[in-house]
Amino acid sequence: MNGWRERAAQGIFALAALVSALLTGSIFGFLLFFGLPLLTGGRLTAILTQPWAPYQGAYGIAPMLAGTMAISLLAMSIALPLAMGCAMLISLSGPGPTGRLLRKAVAMMTAVPTVVYGFVGIFLLVPVVRQLFDHGSGMCVLAAGLMLALMVAPTMILFFCDAFARVPRDYGLAVLALGGTETEKLLYVTLPCAWRGVLTGTILALGRAIGDTLIALMIAGNAVRTPTSLLDSARTLTAHIALVFAADTESLEFKSIFACGLLLYLFTAVMVVGIRAAGRRRPGR
Amino acid sequence: MRRRMGKLLPLFAWGSTLTLLAAIMTIAGYLLVEGMPALDRTLIFGDTPPLAALLLRRPVFGGLLPAIFGTIALVVLAVAWAIPLGVASGIYLAEYATTTAKRLLDPAFDILAGLPSIVVGLFGFAVTVFLNRHFSAALHPCLLVSSLALAFLVLPYIIRTTQTALEELPPAIRMTGPALGASRLQNIRMVLLPQALPGIASGVILAIGRCAEDTAVIMLTGAVAAAGVPRSLLSQYEALPFYIYYISAQYTDAKELATGYGAALILLAICLALFGLAFWIRKGLDRRALAHF
Repeated sequence: MNGWRERAAQGIFALAALVSALLTGSIFGFLLFFGLPLLTGGRLTAILTQPWAPYQGAYGIAPMLAGTMAISLLAMSIALPLAMGCAMLISLSGPGPTGRLLRKAVAMMTAVPTVVYGFVGIFLLVPVVRQLFDHGSGMCVLAAGLMLALMVAPTMILFFCDAFARVPRDYGLAVLALGGTETEKLLYVTLPCAWRGVLTGTILALGRAIGDTLIALMIAGNAVRTPTSLLDSARTLTAHIALVFAADTESLEFKSIFACGLLLYLFTAVMVVGIRAAGRRRPGR
Repeated sequence: MRRRMGKLLPLFAWGSTLTLLAAIMTIAGYLLVEGMPALDRTLIFGDTPPLAALLLRRPVFGGLLPAIFGTIALVVLAVAWAIPLGVASGIYLAEYATTTAKRLLDPAFDILAGLPSIVVGLFGFAVTVFLNRHFSAALHPCLLVSSLALAFLVLPYIIRTTQTALEELPPAIRMTGPALGASRLQNIRMVLLPQALPGIASGVILAIGRCAEDTAVIMLTGAVAAAGVPRSLLSQYEALPFYIYYISAQYTDAKELATGYGAALILLAICLALFGLAFWIRKGLDRRALAHF
């Protein structure tokens, strides 16, 4: 009767899913195809360890890797306590208007475009950093880290709040029944029970911090040097891609951005696999 | 020690929340103060009469109109590519896929969702270079390439929201159709999809916001500082977020900088409005879901 229609529809839906999934693979394939000349013949270690000196034939992305790590780890170490505190406040204030309003405000903050953070960073934060520390242009790891922290904190807060909310209510009620306070409930029951969600949120936020382009590109200064202080200018892997992509497409300089792309891709893959593995081991309480 | 913890913790919680709110208020306030004075007719239209500019009779110089048109064209195209593919994939995951199929597909979509947008942009650029070298020298980074790359960027959002919207439907709704003799496809088409529509719509609106704000993808795939209103899929174009980035680095006088502030304010308002809209649709959805019980 209508059997062929059913089967055709199912085929089309399956095909769409397959095409979408293959896309993920083909992105990796293209990056590898373009980056390969730079990765074969023992040049892989050189790429990862050498400095960046195109005129001397050294196309190492080590400084960019260090820049990415410095900026994103600084951002995380600022954002993590802030996000934890804010999530705790939302959790402590319970279902009342304070918590609800705060949650709404935080959710709204996730919608702010990163280019806007970068723009305000250049004209508001960078001059302040420059005057406060009297060091260079003010475009540095510190400025980028601060702005990036502000960008990733809302995502973390929402994740932490969800993790807190998933802890069974009975646990908390038991603490209160034993004469514990709301603070003790949060500290000794909710937090220990929700650590997995907190970890997942933190890893995802780290991924966003590493993957963000515009904030670092606009306010980290983009110097190709391994940063040694918070006030040093630095270039991230993402900013490197944005700055070099217009080079001659046959040059090794151009090919190096695919090494950056591959590195970012592999990082994402490891992150996803890690989070999925953590999720699977969750005991069925 | 315990007593002190009880006092310190709320202090820490309030302290970090107020720090965060103060920071975001400073950013918003700064943009409002600096951007508001720039918001007038010349910000959008330059010195061209608005009607002539809107009807594309006369080009606009020094105004944001080409960038706004570029962003609109970009978003509409990207979402138009992403919706059919994403919704169909989402339907497959929610209604047909076996556990094994899901186990194979899920990591792929999670990776795609987690990829930095600059990597997706680099992919778009690499494909263009590849096609340019091997097939047609006429192919360059352009509106078409950008919109396709952006579609890839938001595809996982649309897949996941479609899947979740379908999976969250209450069993009573799910089983009424088949009980009355509807086939699987009829049930999806006439019952499940219409019921899941608000959920899918809120996902699409979030995807629109993502397309409108993303800068990293378009700067690698064809956005330029001066191109006029986009006239063809194969032409380069202007876009609001790229304009903001460009002005921040290349402004020559106070007037140009003021248009940058204006553009940042407009983009922020657009993104917040889209987010609010998605939020509002979701809220209506939750209320309706409650009514079923």
